[in-house]
Amino acid sequence: MSVYQRPVKLFWWLEKRSYVIFVLRELSSVFIAWFVVFLLLLVNAIGDGAASYQTFVDWSGQWWVVAINVIAFLFVLLHTVTWFALAPRAMVIKMRGTRVPAQGVVAAHYLAWFVLSAVVAWVVLR
Amino acid sequence: MADEITLEVARYRPGVDAEPVMQQYQVPLREHWAILDGLTYIKDQLDGTLSFRWSCRMGICGSCGMTVNGEPQLSCATFLTDYAPGPIRVEPLRNFPVIRDLVVDIDDFMTKLPTVKPWVIRDVDEPVEAGEYLQTPEELDDYKQFSMCINCMLCYSACPVYSLDQDFIGPAAIALAQRYNLDSRDEGAEERRAVLTSPEGIWACTFVGECSAACPKGVDPAGAIQRYKLTAATQSIKELLMPRIKR
Amino acid sequence: MSTYHDVVVIGGGGAGLRAAIAVAETNPALRVAVISKVYPMRSHTVSAEGGAAAVAGPDDSLDEHAYDTVSGGDWLCDQDAVEAFVAEAPRELLRLEHWGCPWSRQENGRIAVRAFGGMKKMRTWFAADRTGFHLLHTLFQTSLSYSDIVRYDEWYVTKILVDDGRAYGVVAIELATGRVETITANAVIVCTGGCGRVFPFTTNANIKTGDGMALAYRAGAALKDMEFVQYHPTGLPFTGILITEAARAEGGWLLNKDGYRYLQDYDLGTPTPEPVLRNMELGPRDRLSQAFVHEVEKGRTLDTPYGPVVNLDLRHLGAQLIDAKLPFVRELCSKYQNIDPVRELVPVRPVVHYMMGGIHTDIRGATSLDGLYAAGEVACVSINGANRLGSNSLPECLVFGNRAGRAATVFAGRYHRGVPASILAQGRDEEQRLAAELRRHADTLRRHAGETERIADIRTEMQTTMENGAGIYRDGDSLTKAAHRLAELQLRFQRAAIEDHSANFNTELIAWLELGFMLDVAESIIACAVRREESRGAHQRTDFPARDDERFLAHSLVRRQPDGTSRVTYLPVTLTRWPPGERVYGR
Repeated sequence: MSVYQRPVKLFWWLEKRSYVIFVLRELSSVFIAWFVVFLLLLVNAIGDGAASYQTFVDWSGQWWVVAINVIAFLFVLLHTVTWFALAPRAMVIKMRGTRVPAQGVVAAHYLAWFVLSAVVAWVVLR
Repeated sequence: MADEITLEVARYRPGVDAEPVMQQYQVPLREHWAILDGLTYIKDQLDGTLSFRWSCRMGICGSCGMTVNGEPQLSCATFLTDYAPGPIRVEPLRNFPVIRDLVVDIDDFMTKLPTVKPWVIRDVDEPVEAGEYLQTPEELDDYKQFSMCINCMLCYSACPVYSLDQDFIGPAAIALAQRYNLDSRDEGAEERRAVLTSPEGIWACTFVGECSAACPKGVDPAGAIQRYKLTAATQSIKELLMPRIKR
Repeated sequence: MSTYHDVVVIGGGGAGLRAAIAVAETNPALRVAVISKVYPMRSHTVSAEGGAAAVAGPDDSLDEHAYDTVSGGDWLCDQDAVEAFVAEAPRELLRLEHWGCPWSRQENGRIAVRAFGGMKKMRTWFAADRTGFHLLHTLFQTSLSYSDIVRYDEWYVTKILVDDGRAYGVVAIELATGRVETITANAVIVCTGGCGRVFPFTTNANIKTGDGMALAYRAGAALKDMEFVQYHPTGLPFTGILITEAARAEGGWLLNKDGYRYLQDYDLGTPTPEPVLRNMELGPRDRLSQAFVHEVEKGRTLDTPYGPVVNLDLRHLGAQLIDAKLPFVRELCSKYQNIDPVRELVPVRPVVHYMMGGIHTDIRGATSLDGLYAAGEVACVSINGANRLGSNSLPECLVFGNRAGRAATVFAGRYHRGVPASILAQGRDEEQRLAAELRRHADTLRRHAGETERIADIRTEMQTTMENGAGIYRDGDSLTKAAHRLAELQLRFQRAAIEDHSANFNTELIAWLELGFMLDVAESIIACAVRREESRGAHQRTDFPARDDERFLAHSLVRRQPDGTSRVTYLPVTLTRWPPGERVYGR
């Protein structure tokens, strides 16, 4: 019995808006990875002494590094916001027999993010 | 409202056509007519050779899944007037081999479904004479949503992972596994674990979310999959840290 | 090409799957095959909404369920069968629960029950208002755990093979490829459901074409009580989609165009704000559908482009109750009528829903042919008599699916023999006949292009004939006219041609075969109806308006004669405990 299999095109994800947004969301992980690398380079530069750290700061001030980091930051925001929005679908928490509403789960994520950011900021800025 | 609307329907005759060919038909544009009514009009009055599946025409049997204007739909649950003035493009469900015209081969799902053991598994089966297993309305709510799946395959059609990797177990099968995992009467979660956590199970899913968007019954298979990812990951970590305590 | 299975089940719905599981459990050594023209999850059981009845509480009793059923059936029920049915129903529903069926619950975790039409006590188990869907999927998924059950999904049975009064298997077409195969067996169980598509307005799915009834009839088995066709009082006007009786059980009212609860004019009691069992809107389906016809005659119904309707009023139930107990009703009204029943009236009318009649069986599910069994809507045991009570048909599928499965297993084990050569020869003949048919269609189209009749037109005319001739009210004249018209349609059917002569998934061939079956079934309905000169339950003769227990406390049996005509005889009803009485509702 011969059947027909529709071939999958290379740019299948351009066919639908929801697929495009999904692929962008996935691509944002590249920029998350970049931020991690950047942080490791920063830590490494500090570890090598004041001169090394200054070189790194100068290098980071170049327009194209700033541009990459700005874009990366926007993607990190996209990644974070979409991740938090989807969290309630994965985390079903019941308190006293009733399910915690989705907004509660999302709010808890933002709260945790804020608290952790506050702690890091305090450590860095004091 | 115009009198008629054009349906562009994919035709595929195995052994005759190398690939589907679009054929145009004019059908009456009536207020209460679903796409399905347009198709049955074509078959009854215009062209008896058009093949498609349908049965209940009320969105509960899951037979009539098709791609309408690029989106997976139940043809009995979408209406001609929603697409007026048309034309409306009607094609077979994507991601499945096409047997003929609008009929696709869903045997892949039929083979995968039993592998997740979608039935109640218990250490000890109580005799029926002992009465019902107690289950509170809250316990029923825990899995009810995932029990609403009509096996219409729209989720498989919408899933880009499934289109790229036909070994992926798929949204409906995993949602049905979860339906039993979360049923208070079932004790078989451990037996389903291997299949679900295999590379072709939950971990093949990248949470595109299109399956839940396409689902006509609000099952939210994407949610089912992500929940099980959390469950499976938590369980693995627990077993790593406390190897002697096996849940 | 032929294969063998010890037991073959035709149909994969509630009854068919239950029968297959019964075979697998009773004798795991036997090989059982389920042959269905659709994937089992598509079977029409899936559309059932309201619930399944079985005695559940201490305030209820088997006798009361039996009496409600017997009186609901206008005393045409075989009481021994009813007694067995009500006794086994609770166990079957509990078995489904153990298999995972998500029955709705009380707060304490026990099964919840609701009221239903014609029942004096609340005994209808329910899974919200998608009971059939949950029941079928539970059965189907459970059947997957039995590796002994082999399935032939999307195979269409065209003939039951019989030799010397005993059934030995079937011939079936594999839809995907067009391949025809002879599948032999030592027992065959028919579970193909009813025949609502013989009528134009029906709750039934496209697949309900009476295949099994016609298959058995052509094989020489007797059909029983074919004249008893149930009209469900509340179907949506254009589509015929079912609005479950549960809507009335939860308190819905039926209003005519003046907003009047008209059922009070038809000896069904007096209206109360809360539902009262066996009263008003909770009366039996045949009486409610008959009341509608009278309202039409009095000009008190509303006119729509799809015919006269009355209104179902659920507004006083409130959104919370509707979302909890009738969510599917809300979804269906919204989708198919653009109406929200929480705020608006729902237009409804009687539509054909269920076939009380069917293949004649005894209480074990055995038909008049050895080795041939039947269960579910396709069968007539009879537990439903002249009118079925709502929520009795799902347990019917389970109780008799189980009984037929067990009986067929015992038979296949005890009377196991090699399949006679004549059976294989018949199988080959049928394969050749089908191939020849396709050639004939192609030939006819070639030679008489533009002159041949479309099968859809013959089907529509058959449906109109049945609605006009054998609707809610019939008379000798309308029935005789219908018989003549059907004979004419049979001839036209022989000369009609289909356009699709291909092998792969030829649904027009299937539609043609189904139409042939439907014409046979329609003929048997008329044949039985014209001879029953009384009014009982769903069979109402305006020329014989009274019930006649002297002549007709009996089942109509109809058999095909060698010359192709039908012959009707009578079989007395089995009475055990309840002598015929008056059907009283609302008093």
